[in-house]
Amino acid sequence: MTKYLLKRAGQALLVLWAAFTAAYILLQAMPGDSILIKFQNPELGLSPEQIAKIREYYDAGGYLHTVLGFLHGDFGYSVDTGTPVVERLAEGLPETAKLATCAFVLAVLLAVLIAFGSAYSGRLRGLLLAVPSLFISVPAFWLGILLIQVFSFRLRLVPVIGGTELQQLVLPVLTLAVPISAPIAQVLARSIDQVLTQPFVPVVAAKGASRSWILWRHVARNALPPTLTVAGLVFGELIAGSVVTETVFGRSGIGRLTEQAVNAQDTPVLLAVVVLAATVFVLVNLLVDVLFPVLDPRLAT
Amino acid sequence: MSLLDVRDLTVAYGRQVAVKGVSFTVERGEVVAVVGESGSGKTTTANAITGLHPASSGEILLNGVDIAGWSQRRLRSIRGHRIGLVPQDPSNSLNPVMKIGRQIGEILKIHNYGDRAGIRRRVIELLTRVGLDDPERRAGQYPHELSGGMRQRVLIAIAIALRPGLIIADEPTSALDVTVQRRILDLIDDLRNEYGTAVLLVTHDLGVAAARADRLVVMKDGLIEESGGVREVLAAPASPYTRRLFQDAPALTARPFKPFDAAAEPAIVVRDLVKEFGSFRAVDGVSFEVRRGTTHALVGESGSGKTTTARIVTRFTKATSGEVVIGGDPVGPRDFRRRVQLVYQNPYGSLDPRQTVAAIVEEPLRNFRLGDRTARRARVRELLERVALSETLLGRRPAELSGGQRQRVAIARALAVEPEVVVLDEAVSALDVTVQAQILTLLEELQRDLGLTYLFISHDLAVVRQISHTVSVMSKGRIVESGTTRQIFDSPQEDYTRELLAAVAEPVR
Repeated sequence: MTKYLLKRAGQALLVLWAAFTAAYILLQAMPGDSILIKFQNPELGLSPEQIAKIREYYDAGGYLHTVLGFLHGDFGYSVDTGTPVVERLAEGLPETAKLATCAFVLAVLLAVLIAFGSAYSGRLRGLLLAVPSLFISVPAFWLGILLIQVFSFRLRLVPVIGGTELQQLVLPVLTLAVPISAPIAQVLARSIDQVLTQPFVPVVAAKGASRSWILWRHVARNALPPTLTVAGLVFGELIAGSVVTETVFGRSGIGRLTEQAVNAQDTPVLLAVVVLAATVFVLVNLLVDVLFPVLDPRLAT
Repeated sequence: MSLLDVRDLTVAYGRQVAVKGVSFTVERGEVVAVVGESGSGKTTTANAITGLHPASSGEILLNGVDIAGWSQRRLRSIRGHRIGLVPQDPSNSLNPVMKIGRQIGEILKIHNYGDRAGIRRRVIELLTRVGLDDPERRAGQYPHELSGGMRQRVLIAIAIALRPGLIIADEPTSALDVTVQRRILDLIDDLRNEYGTAVLLVTHDLGVAAARADRLVVMKDGLIEESGGVREVLAAPASPYTRRLFQDAPALTARPFKPFDAAAEPAIVVRDLVKEFGSFRAVDGVSFEVRRGTTHALVGESGSGKTTTARIVTRFTKATSGEVVIGGDPVGPRDFRRRVQLVYQNPYGSLDPRQTVAAIVEEPLRNFRLGDRTARRARVRELLERVALSETLLGRRPAELSGGQRQRVAIARALAVEPEVVVLDEAVSALDVTVQAQILTLLEELQRDLGLTYLFISHDLAVVRQISHTVSVMSKGRIVESGTTRQIFDSPQEDYTRELLAAVAEPVR
C-alpha cells in the first residue's frame, strides 16, 4: 500500500514537471514580444538600452533559474503589472476556489439526481438519460448569457451588479456546473445499470429489501469507483470553464487572470497559472487513487 | 394444506412465455427438486415464487394464501422472512464491498429483528451454525477473503436467518467443487431436519436431485414432463424425455470402462513439470504419459493445478522446469500448433462473436496457409459434417447457435489442421446433460476415426469415468494417484481419491 502511494506520488511529480516544461517551451516559442509591446510605447520614451535592461530583469536565468524559482515559490514578476506573480495569483485564487468548489459540488448533486432518478423511475428514465447529452452540448458562454438574460433581466431575481455574495455566486456556479455534471451523470448512470445486473442484487431483494435500500446501500458504493475516476478527470474542465464563466460574469479570479495574461502575453503569469492548474489536477487525481482501495477492499490486497 | 401450492403458473418475459401452466406442491419439511435443462423454465418458476419475476397468471399459495398478485411492497414482508433464497453462484451473490457480518445482519434489520447488539449476536450464532470457523473474524471480512464454499455457507446463513418455512435453493452447488458440494448439501439437509424447513431445490444435476430430494419435478420447455417420488420416477420414468435425461446423466448410468491398451506408443510425455507463480507452486512435479489414440483425464478440484498443467502442455504458459514431449520428438513453435489443439471450457467465450461459423472454422487453415480458397471451403464443409452440424449454419454467428452447436464449432475448428493431440479443458462442463452426452459421443467417434489423443481436463468424475482410458487425480499441484480408469474408480488407493469418488457416487435414498 505504501509502495503504491509512493509510486503514484512519484508519477504525480513527473506529470507536474512535464506540464511545467511543456508550458515553458510553448510560451517561449510564442511569436510576439510582450516586453516590446509594453515598453516600446513612444509615450514612455525609453531608450533601447533601458528596454534591454528591463528584458534582463524579466528573463533572467532561463529555464533552470525558473524551475528553481518555482520550487522556492518565486514565480517571477508580471510583465503586465510589474507586481510579483504570487500576489496576482493570491488575489484570484480564493474567488476561483469558491466558484469551482461550489460548481463541483453542484455538478455531483445534479449527476446523482439524474443517475439515481433514472434508476428509480420507469417512465422518466428515457428523459433523464437524455439530460447529460443536452448538458454537455451547451456552450458555457451561451448558458451564462442566457442565465443572465432570464434571471437578471427578465425575472430580476439576481442583480446584475452588486447583491449579496450568494447572489453573485448562483449564476456562475450554475454555468460552470451544468456541462461538468454531464459526464459524471453519464458514467454514474451506466455504472448503476451495470451493478444492477450483478447476481448479488436479486439476493438482496430476496432478503426483503426495497428498491431504495438496494440502490443506496448496495449499488451506490459499487457504482462509485468509475464515477470517481471521471469526476477527477473533469476537474480539469473546471479550470478551463472558469475562464469563460469569470469573463462572462465579470468576476475576478484565476480564469479572469488567465484571460488578461493571454491578452497581454504575460508569460510569467501564464506559466504560473498552468503550473497551478496542473498541481490541482494532479492532487485531485492522486486523491482519487488513494480513495480507490478504501472504496473497494478487493483493491487493497 | 400444503406449505406451497403452485397452480397453473404462467410466467412470460415480454412475449416469450417461459413457464406454461405449471402446478406442483411442496409439503412442510420436504425437499422437492425441480430438474431440467437450461431454458426449461425451472429458475423462472423459482423467481416467480419469490416474486422477483412476476407471474403472468396462476396461483401461488403460500400457507393457503395466494401471493401471485401481491405488490412488490407486500412481497417484501415475506421475502427472507417466509421464503429464503440460496442462490446459484456464491462468487457473485454477495456484495463485494460489504462485510460478511453486515450482509447477514441486513436481513435481520430489514425485518426488524432487534437492536444492534441482538443482531450482532444472532449473526455470530448463524455463522457458527453454518460451520464457519472463527465467526467473529469472518463477520469482519469481505467476500473475496472467503473461499467459494465458505461464501455459500454465508448465503445459507442469510437464507435461514429468520427460519423461513421454505428455502428456494437455485443450483446451490453447481459452482462448487465436488467435495465442497457434498458438505454444503449435507448442511442444507441438517438445517432442514433441525428447523423442519422445506426446500425447493432447483438443479440441472440429476445426481444431486436423486440423492437429496423426496420428490422430483422434471421440467422441459416451460412444462412439467413428469413428477412424483424420487424412487418411483427413477425406477420407472413415465415420460420418454425423463428416461433420456437419466440415460444421459453420467452420474446415474454407469457404462462399462474403456479397455486400455498399454502397448501403444506414448503421444504425450510429461516429466517433472513445475510451475511457480512467485513463491506459489501451482504445479509441483507432475509426470504422466498418454498413449496414442487414448484419453487421459486430469481430475481435480479448483486450485489443483490441472488447468495450469493443460496450459503448459498447450504451450500457453511456460513451465518453470520439466518437459513436455509430443509425439516422441521436439517440435518448433509453429509446427506445434498444428499438432496440438485446444478446446476451451466456455463455448460462449471462445468464439469470436463477429465471425461467421465458416470464418471461425476456416481461420486455422488460413493461418497455416493450407490450400487455396476452394480447397479451404470444401474442408470447412467436411469439418462441419464431421461434427454433425448442418451446412445451413455456415453463415451464422455464435450468438445464433445453441451451447452444444457452439462447442461443435469449437471442435471443428480444433480439428481443421488435423492435430494429433486435442486438449479438452472442461470442454463439456458448461453444457446440459443431453447435449453433454452428444458431445461426448462425438468426441469418442472422432477419436476412433481419426486416432486422436485427448488430454481431458475435468472436475466431473462421472464424465471422466465415461470418456477416459487413464486418469490422474490432482490435488494441490501434485498427482495424488494415477492409473487406468477402472483402477481409479474400482480400487482407489488414496484417501483423497476415495473422498472425491464418495462425493459423486451418492446413494439414492
